Amino acid sequence: MSAASDTATPEELKARIESGIPGSTAAVTGDGHHFNAIVAAPVFTGMSRIGQHRLVHDVFGEELGGRIHALSIQTRAE
Amino acid sequence: MSEPTTNPMREPTTNPMREAIQEAIVENPVILFMKGNPDAPACGFSARTSAILQSLGQPFAAVDVLPDPRIRQELSALSNWPTIPQLFVNGELVGGCDIITEMYESGELAQTLGLEAQAPEQAPEVAAAQAPPLSIENRL
Repeated sequence: MSAASDTATPEELKARIESGIPGSTAAVTGDGHHFNAIVAAPVFTGMSRIGQHRLVHDVFGEELGGRIHALSIQTRAE
Repeated sequence: MSEPTTNPMREPTTNPMREAIQEAIVENPVILFMKGNPDAPACGFSARTSAILQSLGQPFAAVDVLPDPRIRQELSALSNWPTIPQLFVNGELVGGCDIITEMYESGELAQTLGLEAQAPEQAPEVAAAQAPPLSIENRL
């Protein structure tokens, strides 16, 4: 992954979620540090909320809590 | 995977911090790992999550992760969950602030906690007889 040292943007997070979780659509808002993401994906069907959120966490890995200071997540199976 | 190193001194190769966390999760049916404590939360997400439990009249154990960074490291390694707060019910991770908020609003949280039969307005006597939120922050 490229060293994305610049400030994170909602557009970047949206693009990375949508490419990282097959078939997903994401609506992301945020100020560069605190973000909110509403993620809908067919793969969420039948998964626990914990499992759904872990898929989103896995898109960003170590960046959560660091470059992406806080990410609120709501998931929808659709 | 842990690395079982050969130790000629026969010192335990276990991880005491992780074991203490695991033990706390097993021993407390409802336990919240948070920043600060329920009376003085040190983060908005922790504040909201503990306020939700309090509003449901749910007694819970609380662990402040701030005094030692290893608490958070070991907790996240154990739970495979990157953020604080983390709520465990009957040994299972239920979620962080987002999930707990969503489950509270849908009524699922009360169900998960086994509170569905209680009307929140009734201030049941049972709750009054129970201990206030445990503080086990000194244990870790």
